[in-house]
Amino acid sequence: MSTALSIRNLSKVYQNGFAALKGIDLDVAAGDFFALLGPNGAGKSTTIGIVCSLVNKTRGSVEIFDTDIDKDFSTAKSYVGLVPQEFNFNVFEPIVEVVINQAGYYGIPPKVARERAEKYLKQLGLWDKRKEGARLLSGGMKRRLMIARALVHEPRLLILDEPTAGVDIEIRHSMWAFLKEINEQGTTIILTTHYLEEAENLCRNIAIIDHGLLVENTSVDELLHQLQMETFILNLGIVLEKIPPLPGYEARLVNPRTIEVDVPKAQGINKLFHYLSNEKVEVLGMRNKRNRLEELFIRLVSENKKTDVA
Amino acid sequence: MGWREKTIAFYTIMMKEIRRFMRIWIQTVLPAMITTALYFVIFGNLIGQRIGDMQGVRYIDYIVPGLILMTIITNSYANVVSSFYSAKFQRNIEEMLVSPVPSYIILLGYMCGGVARGLVVGVAVTGVAFLFSGVHLHNILVIISFAALTAVLFSLGGFINAVFAKSFDDISIIPTFVLTPLTYLGGIFYTINLLPEFWQHVSLINPILYMVNAFRFGFLGVSDINVGISYLIVCVFIIGLFTFCLYLLNRGHGIRT
Repeated sequence: MSTALSIRNLSKVYQNGFAALKGIDLDVAAGDFFALLGPNGAGKSTTIGIVCSLVNKTRGSVEIFDTDIDKDFSTAKSYVGLVPQEFNFNVFEPIVEVVINQAGYYGIPPKVARERAEKYLKQLGLWDKRKEGARLLSGGMKRRLMIARALVHEPRLLILDEPTAGVDIEIRHSMWAFLKEINEQGTTIILTTHYLEEAENLCRNIAIIDHGLLVENTSVDELLHQLQMETFILNLGIVLEKIPPLPGYEARLVNPRTIEVDVPKAQGINKLFHYLSNEKVEVLGMRNKRNRLEELFIRLVSENKKTDVA
Repeated sequence: MGWREKTIAFYTIMMKEIRRFMRIWIQTVLPAMITTALYFVIFGNLIGQRIGDMQGVRYIDYIVPGLILMTIITNSYANVVSSFYSAKFQRNIEEMLVSPVPSYIILLGYMCGGVARGLVVGVAVTGVAFLFSGVHLHNILVIISFAALTAVLFSLGGFINAVFAKSFDDISIIPTFVLTPLTYLGGIFYTINLLPEFWQHVSLINPILYMVNAFRFGFLGVSDINVGISYLIVCVFIIGLFTFCLYLLNRGHGIRT
């Protein structure tokens, strides 16, 4: 399978001496839906900035579909569409002009640009607002406008830097569906997000950056497989004063009708229900305390912190 | 990116700039017409009648070319400095930086936007001048070429100002403290022959003097300076500023991290 993005020994040291990236290697396969995760200030946006020519790298190489950004920046850039974290369009320009102008920067003829602007603004539910100034849009609409703008030159690689930040649940779900659809049509997608549920639902592969280093780079399935323990919240049909014996499980009483149980992967969950059943404890509902990926993310980042201190 | 794509990209940037200043014509085109009309009423008619002739020309006619050129200078400069700084401030300059459009196309697009505003406002002000004075056209080619070259030069100046500007205050410092004094001292309202010899020599350091005089030659056929030297100086400045602008853009000064 060909590679959409290949990064080698990428480093960035800012003028104030802060090393945002300390020599990372990363490959993203063509057609992948890839999550780039990390805490704030980990180096995700710097990586994206370098790939998209917004940040000058200190060292290393970046290839987009086998084209080195230093050797043929024009071709390399034509492959990429970026949805940045911050709104960065001219707020006084009509929405349709924002999209058409972007097409023009890629050398797309005006007629084709207008057709594509209509196509993507319609798909993203913004066509009715096309003549309005971008400043009049809601937060969710602004995000969708940036997606339409990034897609207008039909890039092979779409990079989204926290695309659903500050977006309500309904719009977030519609954006997920849209992104899944364009990924299925062949566009490689790299996503950074703080919503780990988003990464788990959408992405096949994942990399975690922390303190400028890559601390994990694997498939989501493989990563979730590493999870040794999950914590579940159980809503009960009866009132409990104390927790019944649950051998092999650690449980805590959250309130008389709710308990929290740590379930080791080796132990499984069947026995837990068996014990509860024997004690005549009816379970009305159950959910994960934290998203599974979130559990792993916190573990990996805190492990990296310990290594840093050591 | 082939030549066809580059042409489309250039046209997109230039038209975006033209649409921007035409959308806000009340802020961009109209004020210059009103200010120039006031200059003609006060300096041309009221005071000018008492001054009499300057270099054998009625005073109101004498100041027409300088006032038109001053408008071209301020508007071409203001267009690029405000537009490019706003693009930096709102970060929509990133729209171009992530695209394959080369730096020189970005520069040409902004520059031509500035030139377009300079010339549109210049033509509007010339229309106003017709109402107040009998405008002569001694050499139309000199008029057009100097209007265009001056607009190019000050568009590039505005671009450099915008690249270095870190706040909205910074985009008004150069126009207020450098451009306006140089323009007023560039012989718009007087011939440098009126000055003592020492100040005549000092005036020759001012590049705007060469532009005003060449432009005046185009209208009236009179000039303090040889027009050929004016062409040479303006072209040298344009080449120098264009090269510097391109260097700044390629380095990403003020626009890339």
